[in-house]
Amino acid sequence: MTTMEGDLTRQSATVLADAMAQGEVSAEEVTRAHLDRISEVDGDVHAFLHVLSDEAVEVARGVDRRRAAGERLGPLAGVPLALKDVLTMSGVPTTCGSRVLEGWRPPYDSTVVERLRAADVVILGKTNMDEFAMGSSTEHSAYGPTRNPWDLERIPGGSGGGSSAAIAAFEAPLAIGTDTGGSIRQPAAVTGTVGVKPTYGGVSRYGLVALASSLDQAGPCARTVMDAALLHAAIAGHDPRDSTSIDAPVPDVVAAARKADIRGVRIGLIKELGGEGYQAGVSQRFDEAVEVLTDLGAEVVEVSCPNFEYALAAYYLILPSEASSNLARFDGMRYGLRVGDDGDRSVEQVMALTREAGFGAEVKRRIMIGTYALSSGYYDAYYGQAQKVRTLITRDFAAAFEQADVLISPTAPTTAFKIGEKVDDPLAMYLNDVATIPVNLAGNAAMSLPVGLAPEDGLPVGMQVIAPAMADDRLYLVGAALERALVDRWGHLLIEEAPDL
Amino acid sequence: MTTTAETMPYAEAIAAFEPVLGLETHVELGTASKMFCSCPTAFGADPNTQVCPVCLGLPGSMPVVNRMGVESTIRMGLALNCSIAEWCRFARKNYFYPDMPKDYQISQYDEPLCFDGWLDVTVETDDGPRAFRVEIERVHMEEDTGKLTHAGGATGRIHGADYSLVDYNRAGIPLIEIVTKPIVGTGELAPLVARAYVTELRDLMRSLGVSDVRMEEGSLRCDVNVSLNRAGDDWGTRSETKNVNSLRSVERAVRSEIERQAAVLSSGGRVIQETRHFHEDTGRSTPGRSKEQAEDYRYFPEPDLVPVAPSREWVEELRGTLPELPSAKRARLRAEWGISDHDFQTLVNGGALELVEATIAEGVDPAAARKWWTGELARIANDREIELADVPVSPGQIKHIQRLIEDGSLTDKLARQVIEGIIAGEGDVDDVVAGRGLAVVSDDSALLAAIDQALVDQPDVAEKIRGGKVQAAGAIVGAVMKATRGQADAAKVRALLFERLGVSE
Amino acid sequence: MTAITRAEVEHLARLARLQLTDDELDHYAGQLDVILQSVARVSEVAAEDIPPTSHPIPVQNVFRDDVARPGLDRSAVAAGAPAWEDDRFRVPRILDEE
Repeated sequence: MTTMEGDLTRQSATVLADAMAQGEVSAEEVTRAHLDRISEVDGDVHAFLHVLSDEAVEVARGVDRRRAAGERLGPLAGVPLALKDVLTMSGVPTTCGSRVLEGWRPPYDSTVVERLRAADVVILGKTNMDEFAMGSSTEHSAYGPTRNPWDLERIPGGSGGGSSAAIAAFEAPLAIGTDTGGSIRQPAAVTGTVGVKPTYGGVSRYGLVALASSLDQAGPCARTVMDAALLHAAIAGHDPRDSTSIDAPVPDVVAAARKADIRGVRIGLIKELGGEGYQAGVSQRFDEAVEVLTDLGAEVVEVSCPNFEYALAAYYLILPSEASSNLARFDGMRYGLRVGDDGDRSVEQVMALTREAGFGAEVKRRIMIGTYALSSGYYDAYYGQAQKVRTLITRDFAAAFEQADVLISPTAPTTAFKIGEKVDDPLAMYLNDVATIPVNLAGNAAMSLPVGLAPEDGLPVGMQVIAPAMADDRLYLVGAALERALVDRWGHLLIEEAPDL
Repeated sequence: MTTTAETMPYAEAIAAFEPVLGLETHVELGTASKMFCSCPTAFGADPNTQVCPVCLGLPGSMPVVNRMGVESTIRMGLALNCSIAEWCRFARKNYFYPDMPKDYQISQYDEPLCFDGWLDVTVETDDGPRAFRVEIERVHMEEDTGKLTHAGGATGRIHGADYSLVDYNRAGIPLIEIVTKPIVGTGELAPLVARAYVTELRDLMRSLGVSDVRMEEGSLRCDVNVSLNRAGDDWGTRSETKNVNSLRSVERAVRSEIERQAAVLSSGGRVIQETRHFHEDTGRSTPGRSKEQAEDYRYFPEPDLVPVAPSREWVEELRGTLPELPSAKRARLRAEWGISDHDFQTLVNGGALELVEATIAEGVDPAAARKWWTGELARIANDREIELADVPVSPGQIKHIQRLIEDGSLTDKLARQVIEGIIAGEGDVDDVVAGRGLAVVSDDSALLAAIDQALVDQPDVAEKIRGGKVQAAGAIVGAVMKATRGQADAAKVRALLFERLGVSE
Repeated sequence: MTAITRAEVEHLARLARLQLTDDELDHYAGQLDVILQSVARVSEVAAEDIPPTSHPIPVQNVFRDDVARPGLDRSAVAAGAPAWEDDRFRVPRILDEE
């Protein structure tokens, strides 16, 4: 394939991996093409906080050498990837988008990174995010916002806006995101890409800097469903270092993506996630996609999840509570920023000054809400009650999955909004996650994939597909079928319609 | 400011008030690795050499529970006659302190692994031994904190220090916390009951092998709760004295807090609910945080860990591993040795039981074994203010010494010198005997030479003896003993003397 | 649920070790109040007999064997420290009594 070289950054991971396996292109060439693309466009997009230029080329050369020596390599060997800056990578800066961790280089690899290395994936760098993953727009990064490649005035979603923008801007074919309330799926929706939140416990959290331990989950970001499946398979599976990791075989997501046949599959339309509050173009494209699913032979039914209306409230109690405790360790004593240590101030003062200077507004807001909700006297009414709501939401899902194999909804109520529009209106910002949050509360698996552009603003719309816990393969079955039908209709992936940068 | 006596004499205090006690005891478990990570737990390693991302609380790290920590806690719970939870969780206790890497401690809150047990203890009174049943509220698992060293300032103490240094080797070492229910009805025996209880806990843990309880390394720490009330009144407000780290301190802390609170109450004052800090050097406590300033720990279930749900099969399997417990063992030994309650209690209270048992096991006669540990060795421990078990003489050495006495090589007096030598670090029994030249002079010719010399020196005495005044022999024997620096057997000297003079006794 | 006062925000900030400015205290008092009123909706659900969910996937009894392994090299431990002295982390003076 002689034309490969010029188009390297436009290719899917699957195509690149095949081309490298066939010897049509080297891993070094693929890596350099993406590093060049980052140099070209990242000044505008600002997806990356740290680029591993030399290291990535070094890793790619190693892959080429081993391939040349006849070694059998994995399906993603040599494919470049952008890593969300919330996962530790030994010796590489890990900031979580916060000043408090500026300059910190962890002495250990997260399990996800360990598995990426084992799969010979080439990590290009660390991507921008809302500080400690708190946000839906990546505006809450201490290092400045990331911009949506579809419209640089708009947000790329959040908290993983760096990862979604990197993929949408063709800076990498793959990225790792983390999803606590929608931080993989909502950025995927607003950038016209694919993002998957695996079942809670499906991918190890060891080395993922915790926001809310009982909600966080790392997962794949890509431009195609098959690429996401390959990455999912590479990072998932039991890890003895994460006690909440599921000790069971990973569902065969790659086979499901390959099968892509949904004849007879029962699909539940969640009544409570749609209609009022959803942008007209979002509803329109979503409804059209539902018709496509029906055309493909699926049986679409409506399901009701009455307790979902309390999900946002429960989430914004559970998340800040856990976060207030998880973020306590950033106190300037052992690593990262220390402020005000003049030899006279007490340890208590230095901790308070460090945290005041090191954390941004949204982080402080949530730490205080969490501190309040866990306080004696309020625990039962807030945290305790939120945990009960969580049980009710899980029961709603269980009932819905009696009627359907997967559930669907729009991923986000709107398309990408303008940078600055909601940045100091926390409640408006929190509403972005209204459709994605119930999944995190229950621990299910879910995917967002593009279903078109909203007619009123020409921006991408995402559909969310939800599967029961440990049935992640169903996401890929349905996602791949829908993607194939839509690509057939459009003649290309939706992302191809993004304007040139 | 009115001045009132800070303390009331103990007898007076106890005559006026009834104490209620509560004890929270933390003990480091003797596991090979830490509670939530694989770091080693060896004591005395170089600072910050037994740490990893987990026990340093590095961002992204996650805890995994040490099975042995859970098993040790369940075994301790069973030995304390507790119920074992069918399902329980770890909880986070949130507060900022630089010795705590995550700024929360993983502990257990309202779902302890073991609960509702009891432990019987006995204290010696003027009217003989008296038994008390101490009820156990809960036994749970948690992690230890790092170790602070205070630098600068005059005292090396935290107060007035310029800054502090932290070593996280201890952070994450498994701790077991044993909490009693309120202990009532002890009256004047309260300090002794408290000490007997902690002693019993220590012996229990050692016999279970869950911890070797090295008190000198700070591996056992007690918080002592005390309140006083007048007879018939409701319980008073309690204080919590922390940092009570030895058996002797437990007793002293209870006593001094009773004396302090009695003085406050009898002068019309009010005891405030507060945390106090015990000082080993003075035997007194000073106030710390009051309830009003107390932290709000914001406990919630630890989301990084999953519940512990011990199956009944597992619990019974662990019950099967329990050794003979100290109380049962004491009953057996008392019967085997056939000694009085009083004598037996003296052994127990003096911490001599295991040592006597081990000495007997070496083949020493029970009476002789007891005599050594409750006599000479107890005196040495007392003089040096150390535990009997910490006197550096082993049951094996006692056996050796006793054998030398029995074959006439040592006298009791010489044997005491051997012990002195062992403690002074002069080596083992034979080394001290040789080094100090302590062997009994049993060479007849040497003794006869000394006798002849004494007879020559004291011709008048010699004459008296020959004349049948055998009681005069003492002067000659004394001279011989002096000449041999006490290393002769007096009875043997006497016999040789009479033989020499052809006199019969 | 009662409205949150500025004094309460100050107390929370102290508990959370945040040295907030006066402006922040004013700003957050208003925002936290709105947010807390909103999340207080959870109390509308009648959930007397509903068990709480602390963990989304029902897993229990996850243990590791008691085997010690070496941790980090001390140089790696020291590398991240804001202040290091005598092989230990150096921290400002502690006013507390403990």
